[in-house]
Order: sequence, then C-alpha cells, then structure tokens
Amino acid sequence: MGLLDSPALQVKDVMKILVPVKRVVDYNIKPRVKADGSGVETTGVKMSMNPFDEIAVEEAVRLREKGAATEVVAVSIGVQQAQDTLRTALAMGVDRAILVLSGESPEPLAVAKVLRKLVEKEEPGLVILGKQAIDDDMNATGQMLAGLLGWGQGTFASKVEVADGRVLVSREIDGGAEDVSLSLPAIITADLRLNEPRYASLPNIMKAKKKPLETLQAADLGVDMAPRLTIVSVAEPASRQAGEKLGSVAELVEKLRNEAKVI
Amino acid sequence: MSEPVRESMEFDVVIVGGGPAGLAAAIRLRQLSADTSVCLIEKGGEIGAHIVSGAVIEPRALAELLPDWQERGAPLNTPVTAEDMFYLTPTRGLRVPFLDRVMPHMANHGNYVVSLGEVCRWLAAQAEELGVEIYPGFAGAEVLIEDNRVVGVATGDMGVGRDGKPGANYQPGMELRGRYTLFAEGCRGSLTKQVMAHYDLRKGVDPQTYGLGIKEVWEIPAENHRPGLVQHSFGWPLDDKTYGGAWLYHFGENLVSYGFVVGLDYANTWLSPFEEMQRIKLHPVFRKHLEGGRRITYGARALSEGGLQSIPRLTFPGGALIGDSAGFLNVPKIKGTHTAMKSGMLAAEAVVDAIKADRVEPASFTQRVRKSWLWEELRASRNIRPAFARWGAKGGAVYAALDAMVLRGRAPWTLHFKHEDSDTLEPAAMCEKPFYPKPDGKLTFDRLSSVFLSATNHEEDQPIHLRLKNPSLWKTVNWNVFRAPEARYCPAGVYEVADEDTNPHLQINAQNCVHCKTCDIKDPTQNIDWTTPEGGGGPNYPVGM
Repeated sequence: MGLLDSPALQVKDVMKILVPVKRVVDYNIKPRVKADGSGVETTGVKMSMNPFDEIAVEEAVRLREKGAATEVVAVSIGVQQAQDTLRTALAMGVDRAILVLSGESPEPLAVAKVLRKLVEKEEPGLVILGKQAIDDDMNATGQMLAGLLGWGQGTFASKVEVADGRVLVSREIDGGAEDVSLSLPAIITADLRLNEPRYASLPNIMKAKKKPLETLQAADLGVDMAPRLTIVSVAEPASRQAGEKLGSVAELVEKLRNEAKVI
Repeated sequence: MSEPVRESMEFDVVIVGGGPAGLAAAIRLRQLSADTSVCLIEKGGEIGAHIVSGAVIEPRALAELLPDWQERGAPLNTPVTAEDMFYLTPTRGLRVPFLDRVMPHMANHGNYVVSLGEVCRWLAAQAEELGVEIYPGFAGAEVLIEDNRVVGVATGDMGVGRDGKPGANYQPGMELRGRYTLFAEGCRGSLTKQVMAHYDLRKGVDPQTYGLGIKEVWEIPAENHRPGLVQHSFGWPLDDKTYGGAWLYHFGENLVSYGFVVGLDYANTWLSPFEEMQRIKLHPVFRKHLEGGRRITYGARALSEGGLQSIPRLTFPGGALIGDSAGFLNVPKIKGTHTAMKSGMLAAEAVVDAIKADRVEPASFTQRVRKSWLWEELRASRNIRPAFARWGAKGGAVYAALDAMVLRGRAPWTLHFKHEDSDTLEPAAMCEKPFYPKPDGKLTFDRLSSVFLSATNHEEDQPIHLRLKNPSLWKTVNWNVFRAPEARYCPAGVYEVADEDTNPHLQINAQNCVHCKTCDIKDPTQNIDWTTPEGGGGPNYPVGM
C-alpha cells in the first residue's frame, strides 16, 4: 500500500476527483455505418459508459474509499440521455454528477475546454479520464486538458498511488512500464489494466436515483462547441474473403502464383 | 445460491420481465392506483434488448391502455397497406385467394408493422413517467416463497466465477419483495416454470406446444421498399406434417423484417430451423425483396402456440402469470402483443382489487380474462393450431377455412394437444435428412455470423446457465438415438458435438445463447434446464428488431 497507510499521511482537507464519462455505443454492439456514409448509426442502439471511463470511475471511487480523496464528481458532456451514463457512475459510488448539454458528438478540444471551466469551478486535485473513448478512439481529451490547465499528466495508467500531495502513476508504454511522479493537481488517463470496475448493484442503482445531478449548458460556460473537424466519409472495413481448402501443394503454388500473384 | 447478506426492498407489486405484458401491467397499475409502488426488472441490458417479434401488431389493447397513444408518439408508424399469403412449392408461390374470407383472422387492416423492441422502449418511457421503477440488466433468478405464498423474487448474484465461487467484483443479488408478483417472462419463463411446478398450475390443461421464431432485419434499397407490405407463406420447404411458415414485412426506413416460425412439435430430428429459415430466402417469393440489401440484425425466440387449451391456472397465492408466460398468444392470427398487453392490464386490475380487499391471491384475474375479448378471441381460434397438428399443413388449412367460413369459430368441439414437444422427435435412423445449401454470404449465412449480429454477450467467467440435469443422458439418448438434435434446433450454435468421429461429446457454448428457450422445450428427455445467466447478458437487439 505504501505511504497511504502511514500515520504521517498528509491529504488536503478536501480532495476532490473529477471523472469525465462519455456515453458511447455499447461495446457489445457491432457498429453499423449509416446508409449515407455520414457516420455510425446511434439511434436505437444500446449506449453505455465508455469502458475506459468505467475504469476511471472505479479508480476514483477506490481512492475515496481508501481515504485519499473526499469526493468524486462525475461529469458528462453531450446529450440529455448522457444522464443515464452519469446515473451509472453514481451507482458505482460517485457522489454527485454534472451534465453539460452540448448536442451530439462534441470534439475532444471542446470537451477539454468545458472540463477546464469545470476544473476552475470545482477545483479538484485530480482529474481521472479514460485514456480514450471506444467510439472515435481519439485519445486526446486528457492530454488537451493537461495542456490547457498546465498540469502534469500521467497517461495510460496501470497503477495509481496518491501520497504527500503527489501522485505516482505507472504508465503502460511499449515494452514495459514507466513510473512518473506528479505534483497535484494532475491529470490521469486510465488504461485497461488499472482495475476491474465493479458492477453497479441494484441497491446502489436505486440509491443513485437520489444523488444530486446538476445540469448546465455548454454555452453558459462560454465554450464554443462548434466542430473543428470535418468527417469526409465513414466506411465499413472490407469483408474478408472466404478461405478455400486445397488438395495439394502444387495447387497451392499455382494459386499463389496466378491468383494471389505473390510468388 | 442464497446469500444471507443480500439486501431487500419492499414494493406493492414486482413484475418480472419488461415486454409488452409486464409494461402494460405496470402502466395499468399506476393508472388505477398512483400510490401502488411498482418495480419491474428485465434481464436484458436495456428494455427491448431481448424482444423479438415479427411484428404486425393490433393496436386494440394499446388503445385501451393509452387512448392518446398517437399523440404520445407511440412508434406505430407503418400501417399495413397490402398483404398476401402464399402456399409455396419448391419453385412457385400460390397466392391464397380471398384471404380476408378464407383466413379472416389473418386480415391485418388497421394493424401496424412495428419494431416491438422499439414499442417496448416507448412503453417503458410511459411507465417511468407514471412512476414505475424499471431496472434493466437484472435477471430474476429465484422465486421467493414463504408460507406457500410468492413474496417476490431475488435477482441473480453478479460476479460469480465459472466455478460457482464469488469473484473479486462479486455482488450478491437483491430480494425484491412484493405483495404481488407478476411473471411476464414471455414464453417458457424460467421462474414461471418453477411457479407452475410449485403450484401445479398446469393440472388439467393440455400440454403447452411451442414454436421457434427466427428473425432477421434487412435494410434494402429505397426503390424496392413498399412500406406496409405484409407477406406470409406456408408449405415448402416443410413437409406436410410440420407446422410453420415464413413472413416478410416492409416497415420503417427501408427496413424489412424477415423470419420463419416452425412448430416445435416437429418430428424429423434432422430438421434445422435455422437452415430452413436461410433457404426460404432463396425462394422467388422472398428473394426479390432482399436482393441488394444488407442484413443488419438477427435473433430468435420461442413462442407459445397452444392457445386456449394450454393456458394454465393463472393465479396463485401472491401473484399471477401474464402474457406469453401464461401462453396468451393467438397463433392463427400470428399475434401475441395485443393479447399479452390485455392480460397484463387485466392482471393489474385484479391486483388492485386484491390489494383493496387484502386478498392473498388476485383470483379475479381469471374471471376478468374469461369475460374479456381476449378470451373470446382465443376461444374462436382454439381449434386451428391443433387441426394442423392432427391433419398436417394442407388438412389444417382446409379445416381453418371451414372453421372460419362455416363454423365461424363456434365449433361445438375442442381439439386437444396430446404430446409435449419434447416427445415428438423420431429416432435419427427413421428420419430423412433434408438438403441444406451452403450459405452464399449474400442472402444466406451461417449460424455464427448470425449470432454475431445479435450482439450477444455474456460475462465469460460465470457458471454455465444451461444445465444438464443428468449429463450421461446426452450420449445414450441425444446422440445414440437422435444424433444431437440440439446442435440443429439451437439457432445460436450453443450446442456443438465435439470429436464426432472418435469420442462424441457435447460442448455447450453458453456465451452464444440468445435466450430463445428452445432447448428447455425440445430436449427429448427434458434434461436441459435453462436458467438465467448474469443480468445484462444475452442479445442486445437494436431498435428495428
């Protein structure tokens, strides 16, 4: 456990953790490209919390349970239905939630700017995000937020320890782990192996209905949500060709030479 | 697994299942008595996630429940505009003439082609607005019975490992205790089965007979789309003694619902409902609708076909069976949504009465059903399905026409079902193998690519929810006598025979299960027990299904 258990532990009187969560197409669903190629079909499709954000929520709740934080606040930016995602976070143990209404699919930079405003308001000691969302796989919001705030960042975290006004983050990097020590406040983005998120149990889902959920408008925060990116087209990957069983090596060589033209 | 640590919560009424019956009951309860607390659980990850139906629905019950359904934006957007019934030969489709007179129960004027999953999502929103507490993602795993009264259900434990032991993120189930519990699990509900056995609810009624429906939704080019076109077929490729047929409905935004139902009283152990469903698409009657389109989802579900004769006792101390849990589907009409909803509404009325009078059993439900149009409807059509069981497809069709035109549903006799569907298979050596063409990857597909489209998922590390009561029976009966019929009737590839040539044994791929319940019904020795897996598992059917 390290320093956390020592009596000399120095935690700020109030240490809030802010956890942004995104509503995405459920990971079990095979996404379907819209007939006009303008994007992925989301109407009538099961939506859930981005799995990496679940890991972020779990980590924040664990830090509070260990006494390293006093309050966990979840925030989601998007459409009204994102409040379902926030309710899930509340059922997992988050204390309160903020919904920022901004319309469909806000881009990472706009999201980071909204988060900056909320950080200024809430003054958290840590912001823990998922490393990326499984819908657009941008992997950008955490880094952009760190840049906007001028805070240290521990991305792709597989282990987090808070102690003495600092946070130690083990990062998953190519070929191993890298440990970084950051002064608080800081940004952490959660990787897959950080923890295994708990279930939102039925009693906790019932209790979560009574937890506070505040709704704000992105425009009221003075953030321009207009998209900077243009989606040119969205297409499904080409389907794989069916395999074929061949009778002999000679036949294989013949096919490789004349059909596949690789030898 | 009963854990002493699980929490419990009290409600006036607990409803198991978020389909049309459960949701209609919930809505009616709150309409009649706004201070009655109602809790509804649903094993699917969201309301609608496990709903499979054609579906052409008759809005009669909906109009009684929510007379302003149109203003409220109920998703009944495609009125039936044209309909055909075909008798198929291998190469031709013979249109049944004067359909509205020969098969008046099939007349669909005033009905709508819908995505029933979407309708359920909408009903759930109406119910929540009225204050019903709805919890999707939680499976009813256990019936709570105290002093011979049903006092609620317990949800399943979450985070139990394959070995049956609690894992790191274990969460015990929760007791949802209700003064009354309504079972709305749909056909062959796993808790309903326990309740029926405990109170002997099937005593004195015919065995239930079932069908298996397998469905695909296609998106087709706009120029081929004819919203509201409804087509049904019978005949080819089934032999005369096998009950079943296909449907094809144009609805929504360039969507086509295509599917096939086969009576689970079929005899030929080699029959594969899945492959029949695939090959019917190649028939000229259906093919032209699907060519150039793409398949977007796939699902399957068993349905009750017994009708009136097979309806069990409906109430017991502390609750009632509603919807297809009881078997209210009208088979000749091929519709069960309006009857399911009506039964839920009548049960709600009976429950509110029972609460007022402080009665243990909401027994007035039975009388309410018998006095309603629901009963009249099922009574009028009661002989049609058994006529098919007795005289085959052609004889049954002739009887159905006679019944409609001459007897007008008022025959002084009632035909009965004599066998359980699990008793009807003939040994493999006596059956002829049908020829099933290889999937072409354009119109026809294999099981696994189909299950993939149902977005089925189960937490991998959990006990297998399909339990063999006696594992050794598989080899001696299922394999030696019937050559593993489960490998064919399962539409999701759950049952697989491994090492067929050397040491045949059964492999159960439980994570593929789409919760159709066919194995629980059709297994020749009733050896397979379908139990609820961890809540939220199973298919994730999108809107459109």
